[in-house]
Amino acid sequence: MTTQSKTQMPSVGVGAAILRVIKSFGLLRESWVGMIGVFLVLFWVIVAIFAPLIAQFDPNAAIQPFAKPGVVAASGSTFWLGTDHLGRDILSRIVWGSRTVLLYAPLATLSAYTVGILMGLMAGYRGGLVDDILSRISDIILSFPVLVLYIIVIATIGASGMNIVIAITFASSPGIMRIVRGLVLDLRNRDYVAAAQTRGESDWRIMLFEILPNARGPLIVDACLRLGYVIITIGVLGFLGLGLPPPDPDWGGMVNETRQMAMVFPHMTLFPCIAISSLILGFNLLADGLREISLRD
Amino acid sequence: MILLLLKRIGFMLFTMVVVSIILFLLLETGLTGDPATRVLGNFASDQQKEMWRDQHGYNQPTMVRYAKWLGNFATGNLGTSIRYKGPVKEVLLPRLWNTAILGFWTFAIMIPLSLILGVLSGMKEGSILDRTISVTGILTTSVPEFASAVFFSALFVFGLKWLPGTSSMAGGFEFQQLILPAMVLVVYDFGYVARMTRASMAEVMTSQYIRSAVLKGLPYRQVIIKHALRNALIAPFTVIMLQINWLLSGVIVVEFFFAYKGFGALLLEASLNNDIALLEACAMVAVVVAVSSQTIADIGYTFLNPRIRFS
Repeated sequence: MTTQSKTQMPSVGVGAAILRVIKSFGLLRESWVGMIGVFLVLFWVIVAIFAPLIAQFDPNAAIQPFAKPGVVAASGSTFWLGTDHLGRDILSRIVWGSRTVLLYAPLATLSAYTVGILMGLMAGYRGGLVDDILSRISDIILSFPVLVLYIIVIATIGASGMNIVIAITFASSPGIMRIVRGLVLDLRNRDYVAAAQTRGESDWRIMLFEILPNARGPLIVDACLRLGYVIITIGVLGFLGLGLPPPDPDWGGMVNETRQMAMVFPHMTLFPCIAISSLILGFNLLADGLREISLRD
Repeated sequence: MILLLLKRIGFMLFTMVVVSIILFLLLETGLTGDPATRVLGNFASDQQKEMWRDQHGYNQPTMVRYAKWLGNFATGNLGTSIRYKGPVKEVLLPRLWNTAILGFWTFAIMIPLSLILGVLSGMKEGSILDRTISVTGILTTSVPEFASAVFFSALFVFGLKWLPGTSSMAGGFEFQQLILPAMVLVVYDFGYVARMTRASMAEVMTSQYIRSAVLKGLPYRQVIIKHALRNALIAPFTVIMLQINWLLSGVIVVEFFFAYKGFGALLLEASLNNDIALLEACAMVAVVVAVSSQTIADIGYTFLNPRIRFS
């Protein structure tokens, strides 16, 4: 009986927390800014999921170089956004590129959050020496200019999708740790934490099931903002030639490859830029909407 | 007060030392791949690599090498650049100067712009002006620097033909070439500073002493300028100082895009060409600038804030 209740407790807690999160997204209907954000993000998620159906061409196939937007290909399909210097269809590359972004950005954010939350919980709840050491480490990492840190890390461990995730985790988990730590310092003196301590629950149980669910509000807003930043980072790294190795489409890389020709063929650079900006805008508006709602309650 | 100062400066030096250890471990030891291979390339023979290691002192114990390396740095001997075939110092200094010029103009435009917008929207929270400014801020912060550089080039260089598209300053210094890089940086960053100023201003406006100033019948303009701004501009000071850290990232993208011969472009070039001595020097300069500006921000904050100054 006791073992059963112990195993059920967390699942109920997690279930309820997820339900509350969904409800708070439902509240977004009241904020038009947030709704535009949801629309933009959903648009790109759908594009990424149905990429094979939307894209008319193979994103890496060289078909017809320097075609202007609207030119009809030999196969009868249209290059709606034109082709690049190697003859690859830009629309297909943007569509497939959305998969790259929407795979690595959430992955990197999730990984940074896992590390940051664990560090923040430890620092805030345990305090003392653990807190001192973790806070000093994060101060030092945060004192780096971000992009300099990324360039050095990527230059030494090499450019690949996984390495970008590692670099982003390394550079942004200290920031997340700070936020979590601050929230925990506020929450750890609450009555329900004291109650859990009297019940004899383990430290990790209290941190993960008592404190963390109550800190979710600001963390969800921050996660949306951070997703936007991570997308910028992935785009910038691609633009600087430190992103995913070619030829697979990546929005930042597309701009880098074609920017020398922007004067004659502006479509090659403009469309990937619009794509990445609209996705980031989506996450930022979503974060703004969520913040507005959380302030209202 | 003096204790606080010493503490801050002590932490600053500590950070720089730790960062130098991280840099040394990442770039100079076998931790992330053989440095000899990185410099000589994948096709160098073992004999060549061994010779190179011997020549450059890589066969000494790590501790000794770190001490020597740090000593060289501290005395201003930054080593030789492989790519530029000359002392790193001679390559680095003019580049730093160029970036300082770009940074100066960026801040000269961004600070007044974001402070005015932030104060205006913080004065009346929730007003139409406030909403417009904050949504504009979100919009401009959502466009990565390389994308806004593309948009501005399309508009001002290819469309209207008002401005030059590259800023290499090949024919001597030209102010016109500085406009686009500075504009891209300002547009990306002013939203954030304005938002922080707004938050600070909004907080001050709800405080008791502003209420009593309004209630005792002072003109609104005087309440804002004489009473509110003094307190509301303390927090933005820190935020602006911290933007120097951000600027060091921003200039990398912008200088690369516009071929501006600055420090950011140099750092990127060094990393893409495995020019380790140059990369180390650039990274150390970046960290020193970043950490010092943070320290100044902290110390300045305590000076500006009487509540801390007199306690």
